[in-house]
Amino acid sequence: MENLIGWLVAAPLLGAAVLLCGGKRLDRLGHWLGTLLAAASFVIGVLLFVDMLGEDEHHRAMHQHLFSWIPVSGFQADVAFQLDQLSMTFVLLITGVGTLIHIYSVGYMEHDDRRRRFFGYLNLFLAAMLLLVIADNYLLLYVGWEGVGLASYLLIGFWQHKPSAATAAKKAFLVNRVGDVGLSIAIMLMFTTFGTFTFGPVLEATGETGEGKLTAIGLMLLLAACGKSAQVPLQSWLGDAMEGPTPVSALIHAATMVTAGVYLITRSGAIFNAAPDAQTAVVAVGAVTLIFGAIVGCAKDDIKKALAGSTMSQIGYMILAAGLGPIGYVFAIMHLVTHGFFKAGLFLGAGSVMHGMNDEVDMRKYGGLRKYMPITFITFGLGYLAIIGFPGLSGFFSKDKIIEAAFAKGGTEGWILGGTALLGAAITAYYMTRVMLLTFFGEERWRKTATRSPEAPSAEPAAETRGEHAEPHPHESPKSMTIPMIVLAFGSVFAGGLFSVGDRFVHWLEPVTGHDHGDSPLSATTVTLSTVAVLVVGVALAWAQYGRKPVPVVAPRGSLLTRAARRDLLQDDFNHVVLVRGGEHLTRSLVYVDHKLVDGVVNGTAASVGGLSGRLRRLQNGYARSYAVSMFGGTAVLIAATLLMRAV
Amino acid sequence: MSTLAAAASTTSTGEAVQFWVLGTVAVIGALATILMKKAVHSALSLAGTMIILAVFYLANGAYFLGVVQIVVYTGAIMMLFLFVVMLVGVTAADSLTETIKGQRWLAAGCGLGFGILLIAGIGNASLKNSEGLAKANAGGNVEGLAELIFTKYVFAFEITGALLITAAVGAMVLTHRERTERAKTQRERALLRIREGKQITPLPAPGVYARHNAVDIPGLLPDGSISEKTVSATLRGRGQIRDVSGTSLAELAALEQRSEEWLERGGDAEGGPTAQRTPSARNGTHPGGAGEARAEEEVK
Amino acid sequence: MNPINYLYLAALLFTIGAAGVLLRRNAIVVFMCIELMLNACNLAFVSFSRMHGNLDGQIMAFFTMVVAAAEVVIGLAIIVMIFRSRHSASVDDASLMKL
Repeated sequence: MENLIGWLVAAPLLGAAVLLCGGKRLDRLGHWLGTLLAAASFVIGVLLFVDMLGEDEHHRAMHQHLFSWIPVSGFQADVAFQLDQLSMTFVLLITGVGTLIHIYSVGYMEHDDRRRRFFGYLNLFLAAMLLLVIADNYLLLYVGWEGVGLASYLLIGFWQHKPSAATAAKKAFLVNRVGDVGLSIAIMLMFTTFGTFTFGPVLEATGETGEGKLTAIGLMLLLAACGKSAQVPLQSWLGDAMEGPTPVSALIHAATMVTAGVYLITRSGAIFNAAPDAQTAVVAVGAVTLIFGAIVGCAKDDIKKALAGSTMSQIGYMILAAGLGPIGYVFAIMHLVTHGFFKAGLFLGAGSVMHGMNDEVDMRKYGGLRKYMPITFITFGLGYLAIIGFPGLSGFFSKDKIIEAAFAKGGTEGWILGGTALLGAAITAYYMTRVMLLTFFGEERWRKTATRSPEAPSAEPAAETRGEHAEPHPHESPKSMTIPMIVLAFGSVFAGGLFSVGDRFVHWLEPVTGHDHGDSPLSATTVTLSTVAVLVVGVALAWAQYGRKPVPVVAPRGSLLTRAARRDLLQDDFNHVVLVRGGEHLTRSLVYVDHKLVDGVVNGTAASVGGLSGRLRRLQNGYARSYAVSMFGGTAVLIAATLLMRAV
Repeated sequence: MSTLAAAASTTSTGEAVQFWVLGTVAVIGALATILMKKAVHSALSLAGTMIILAVFYLANGAYFLGVVQIVVYTGAIMMLFLFVVMLVGVTAADSLTETIKGQRWLAAGCGLGFGILLIAGIGNASLKNSEGLAKANAGGNVEGLAELIFTKYVFAFEITGALLITAAVGAMVLTHRERTERAKTQRERALLRIREGKQITPLPAPGVYARHNAVDIPGLLPDGSISEKTVSATLRGRGQIRDVSGTSLAELAALEQRSEEWLERGGDAEGGPTAQRTPSARNGTHPGGAGEARAEEEVK
Repeated sequence: MNPINYLYLAALLFTIGAAGVLLRRNAIVVFMCIELMLNACNLAFVSFSRMHGNLDGQIMAFFTMVVAAAEVVIGLAIIVMIFRSRHSASVDDASLMKL
């Protein structure tokens, strides 16, 4: 069975290679090939899962050593896989949601000329992501880490003819690069500290290592996680990443890739457990991002960007939970999985809406769509209920546990974190209700505005073929799109309950991550009740603002906070002023130093050598007789030396 | 001479005398080789030195080498040198003025230092005893050499054979000129001459007034100066032109004088000034064209 | 007289030859000077042969002569070739190998 692990990666990788190198012959069937291979990977994952369930709880980790990549004395880099419960969770999530989104994309990308290439990239992403989660050492993980970065870049910029998409792709790549540098430094630090980067030895050796070093490694890992998972301060790329096709947003920028940071922190749990300072930093980042993303999500009128803000916020929850240590790891992963279901479902729903609305993304131009798209409405609605934490649905269980764990941290810190998480839950309820109301309820605002507003940035190209100015005819999407949505809706509804009954998920992951109940100052019931209470408050607020009154088609100016939130809370402006300007100044001064000082020294050396050689050159006058004189003189000197040595 | 060679640590008086006399001559010959202006003279001086060295070889008991020195070195190699000297044409005598700055001083310094060191080295060496070749040459010098060459040194001997063949082939390759294009016809060469403004007609022949017809005697222009064109460039280059213009003009003047005396005419003839200007017109670099132009002017 | 005087003579001739190489510009004369140096060496070899009482020195001299013959053949061929193309046998004229 263990030999199958490699095929998890190999299947989508093969698909990527065939689809990207295969040429136009594959245009007709390529998308089905890609889907098939993704499904094959899922089937392999399920087989391995069943196999794993048969094992004893503590001996479930499987290993496969493929080959030695760089076998040098003292530096052993292997291509080897480790599939334990944590990896298995990810494998099932990635391949399962990935396969569904492949199927969805068949319908969604039907009118795109480059559909084959799109599926090639998707398969490439799957391969890289699977490599990331089943690698048994940090170096191989880094390969997958960069691989998903590449796939993300390619897919965000898939419609590269749009300058906005090309810029967004570049931005995502560059911001991710900052995080990647963090990861590479962390790996180097690990190598110098532990002499290896295989998970097992590294994580076992944390007990005997100085806390300072572990804190440094932990902070670098956190930086990496911030980059990949769009956490403050490296979150600015996620909103722009919505320029990519919607299935990409669903798969990469909601369900899987952006959660890689959570995986990294959970996987490196032993390091963080031994470095409380790093853990505090993780918690702080998670808490800040949680609120940050939620606020951004409240202000955006672009449905995908609102969902992106929500993603940021939900990953903030996960990071927060992961930062809590053994109390939270399990719940971070659990929320990650349920979030994977409902957020993918929400994005697919958004894609379906856009599909039916001539690729309009501005929610203010939707309204009343529930009659025209019943399936989309129902699945989106279930996803909505799940994310706000409606009792009994997935999000409720996972989020509730995180809030509980935050309180269980204890002390002032616990109160602050718990309060923040509760506040986040309220805002989540608010902005998701807003999205729901704007899209599916209220009057049919799209009838008034057949023309597209110029500020809708995310114009997908298919719109041009269908006629930009035609009044939209909202319609339900084809089966290939609705079926994945239905499946994901099922996941959104039942996954949480399935995981929570009898603490199944906790038991499942406990051997890998460890678990600790902590001592909450509040009882579980209190927390649950307050969660439901803030949920009701959030929904009610949104209803008051968007449900009772008609919604203006053109967004009102809004308060200072709203305007700031529309601009991603001024993150880009901050980056521009501090990093871009600062970088320019730094570069300019460096150029000055380079010209004056470095070049001065270099050129001075060159000039003096040149001058000296100009003089030495005279010796080389071309006359054979001059050379003969020097030879003769040299001989004389040699004889003299010989005689002298003999005399002495 | 075998008795001389057999001597032990000192040599016989006869050999000593021979050494001091011939040794002096050899050094003089060597100095002449490097100091003579003309390459031919250098070659001859070198040949003399080599013959003396051959004598010294014989005196040292190297009979075979002595003979080889005379036959191969002095006979063949030096003749090859002379042959090349003639072939190359020996453009005049070498100027001995130094052109490279400081070269002469450096050479002198290095040479002196080298020589002193070498002699000091020999003086220091423990070579006081001379064993003599009586034993080695017992079975005959040539036989002794042959035994060594074909046993101990047979490999080196074979290699030198290969070297000689290579050298022969190399010399052939180096001096062989491949004709890369068709030879020019006479017509083409004539056209080329006209296009390049060179001498169109054949060059004038040497010889003066049917008195001299040797190739080294240039013809005279109407003004009595010589025309360089009439002799071969090689002779000109070596400076081997025999200028007879002075005597010819003098004889001509005498002839005119006598004929005037016979015809009893007036004394002032045009021959006087012509005769006077000949010495100044007689120099090697005088261009023929200008001389002819001046001659036309003179003739009116 | 001690046979060592032959060595002094050889040293003297060698030095004269070397000086000639340095001083003369005519390639043919330079060549002759080289021959002079080789001959001086031969004289030394022959003298050593006598002093040590074996014939190896004479063998060396013999090989020197063979090599000198080969060297003269090639050297003169080169001189002739250079003369053909440059119309000069001066070693100073062939001074293109400079900066």
